[in-house]
Amino acid sequence: MDKIRESILTKSHASKLERRGKIISFMCLGGICLIVLAIFIFIAYRGLATFTSDHVSIFKFLGGTKWNPEVTENGHPLVGALPMITGSFLITILATLLALPFAIGTALMMTDITPKMGTRILQPVLELLVGIPSVVYGFVGLTVVVPFMRSIFGGSGFGILAGTFVLFVMVLPTITSMTVDALKSVPKDYRSASLALGATRWQTIYKVVLRTATPGILTAIVFGMARAFGEALAVQMVVGNAALMPTSLVAPASTLTSVLTTGIGNTVLGTVQNDALWSLALILLLMSLAFNLAIHLIAKRGELKR
Amino acid sequence: MKKRWPLILIGILIILLGFAYVTRDQSKQGESITAVGSTALQPLVEAAGEEYSKVNPGIFVNVQGGGSGTGLSQIQSGAVSIGNSDLFASEQTGIDEKKLTDNRVAVIGITPILNKKAGIKNLTTKQLQAIFTGKVTNWQQVGGRNQKIVIVNRTQGSGTRVTFEKRGLNKARSIASQEQDSSGTTRQIVATTPGAISYVSFSYINDTISVPTLNGIKPTNKNVTTNKWQIWSYEHLYTQKNTDKVTKRFIKYVLSSHVQDELVPQLGYIPIKDMQVERLE
Amino acid sequence: MNAKRYDKLATGLLYTIAGIVVLILLLLLGFIIIRGLPQLSWSFLTTPSRAFTAGGGIGIQLFNSIYLLILTMLISMPIALGASIYLNEYAKPGKVTSIIRTMIEILSSLPSVVVGLFGFLLFVVQFGLSFSILSGALALTVFNLPLLTRSIEDALKSISNDQRNGGLALGISKWETVTKIILPAAVPSIVSGLILSAGRVFGEAAALIYTAGQSAPALNFANWNPFDIDSPLNPMRPAETLAVHIWKINSEGIMPDSSAVSAGAAAVLIIVVLIFNLLARWIGRLLFKRLTAGS
Repeated sequence: MDKIRESILTKSHASKLERRGKIISFMCLGGICLIVLAIFIFIAYRGLATFTSDHVSIFKFLGGTKWNPEVTENGHPLVGALPMITGSFLITILATLLALPFAIGTALMMTDITPKMGTRILQPVLELLVGIPSVVYGFVGLTVVVPFMRSIFGGSGFGILAGTFVLFVMVLPTITSMTVDALKSVPKDYRSASLALGATRWQTIYKVVLRTATPGILTAIVFGMARAFGEALAVQMVVGNAALMPTSLVAPASTLTSVLTTGIGNTVLGTVQNDALWSLALILLLMSLAFNLAIHLIAKRGELKR
Repeated sequence: MKKRWPLILIGILIILLGFAYVTRDQSKQGESITAVGSTALQPLVEAAGEEYSKVNPGIFVNVQGGGSGTGLSQIQSGAVSIGNSDLFASEQTGIDEKKLTDNRVAVIGITPILNKKAGIKNLTTKQLQAIFTGKVTNWQQVGGRNQKIVIVNRTQGSGTRVTFEKRGLNKARSIASQEQDSSGTTRQIVATTPGAISYVSFSYINDTISVPTLNGIKPTNKNVTTNKWQIWSYEHLYTQKNTDKVTKRFIKYVLSSHVQDELVPQLGYIPIKDMQVERLE
Repeated sequence: MNAKRYDKLATGLLYTIAGIVVLILLLLLGFIIIRGLPQLSWSFLTTPSRAFTAGGGIGIQLFNSIYLLILTMLISMPIALGASIYLNEYAKPGKVTSIIRTMIEILSSLPSVVVGLFGFLLFVVQFGLSFSILSGALALTVFNLPLLTRSIEDALKSISNDQRNGGLALGISKWETVTKIILPAAVPSIVSGLILSAGRVFGEAAALIYTAGQSAPALNFANWNPFDIDSPLNPMRPAETLAVHIWKINSEGIMPDSSAVSAGAAAVLIIVVLIFNLLARWIGRLLFKRLTAGS
């Protein structure tokens, strides 16, 4: 009697293990969240100093076109981040637009046209493209893309267009592999039904598969944009780093990341110049927040439609 | 019983680590010196550090880049033993120079460089200033070919740029333009872009670019030592006021004739003892 | 008739697009490898680099890259595994879970420069780890965790629920179901996810410049005691990796053969990533066979 009672009341080895496993895995997750919070607090603390302790107005920061933190005008340092913000957005949008048809086309090849060749050739190709380090992309951009731009458009060759071409190759695998996921999640039945109705393969793809997968593809696009927006070294090597409002696509411009990477080593922690750079980092952070928000909105919309 | 093996593995690992700790080479635990800062100065300190370790086993010199600003703020906060800088501490905002000891170890000359197609042999300081402040936009206006001027600047706050603006442009500030971090890339851009102008240290001069004389003076090491060529700056190893003996000894080594006569010229710097003039700011 | 012609046209277009993508990769690889191959030799791969004279190699940088990768994986793998198990198996859908998921996504979209600077101030300065492999590995962990968590979670998700129900029906606990049934089944896709992230970690430079440092002090490859300062295994020594080396010589290289060295190093980097990919596929297939008792 007692033995049974005991074995019922005490926790079995399995349930102890269960608890332990759950706690350990939860702690891992908690650790990650802690890191994210730490990064946020730390960058916000540094980035907001420009506005709180150096008394720069936020509107002047976001709307000003002159970036020269070492010079003060009317008692305020010249920290207009608009040229960099514009540069970042232009490069991101152009690179994504350029990559989109290639990404969707490649993804369709992998899911609907030749899945065999897709997994044999295209999948490894994408994985390799992801694997190529951004420094190498920058190196190739500097030795191939920039001289190419120079020979066609004249000038120095550095600029938004050169950055766009480098980023195009860099975001291509991201957008493609996520588009593949989106296309794969379209049920087989939809395709079979459409084909059974007498539609051609292209009609099926265009009218059924792509439409159903639209939310997923949009998510892929936003992800690609987030990657493009945050890329630093490769862009910095080809964009020219001129803190000027971009007047043409082949004139030197700058992005948030390029100014951040080149500038941070030359400033002293706690000075206006350094704080202003951290504010740029804060914008980068807020932008990745915005991109994530967009992804969530898209996902919600997609769910409603179904 | 299958589950035992990870535990056994971890046990073996711990025993191995313990064994390694006990048998560690005590003589090599010695002191280490960390120097952080200017990327331009990094190779010199690195090379000197390597040689120093050979002569003084047990002392390791650990050299990092990161930029002059990083070097100065790190030495100011006391996180490192030496802050490498291309600038005087007084030239960098946010640094209190009184807390630091300045050790000047070498001198570097900086010269404007032009694309060969500009067709310019000589520039005056006034012309240079007019070019970099945007008052002159075509090489024709300063006696060259009909070619638009393309300004390539160095990164804001970098030693080369600060020195060039202070000495070459008479403290005028250059207009915003393309900026390049690295000397090698800068030279490459100037060599391949028609009408380009920039500035690099003497060691980057080669025949892909043209080097004008400035007010009729040639950019040579000799002219720097007499201050006839005025665009030059010191390379500094900043230390805290009451730094330790190991660091002091290493800096003495860098100033010794062995390093000054062999390594310093090899890396394209001018030995500090060759200077016939001295600048204090 | 029209529809059929469109179909053919569109198929042709898709083939062209895929062809262009493959071509881009081939050109990229060809360019890097053809430029770098002439530099490659056994001595280039094993000798230490030189600061300002020609003839330096990349031996130490190559070793540093691999060691840093292994350390990073050792730290991040268990954490990512635990986190993804919790997310996929235990977490109940709701506000908290979705917030956590968003946080991980934000972490994954953070620019690596920002991660590197964060690592610099936290690990290097605050924790006093100085420029070291350990600081670098921790920064890379921050950078790697979201990628890895996501890919492991995807791998777990792709295991059908029948397997989970099967385990529970046998009367074993959820934890045991996960560790004994789900994880082994997911190993092949976990491994391929691992390699993808390993490739990115291997080539990462921006996060390392201010954490693992930019200098590669000479190592004594006869001394494998991790507590000695010149031992290759010492985690507290500064370590410039291959990717950082490429970045450095492209920006401030003053050795006369810097362009040759950077081309060679880029080629090595690409070849290592290539080997990783092949190895991963092979191991993934092998594991799948062994763990699922399939023939």
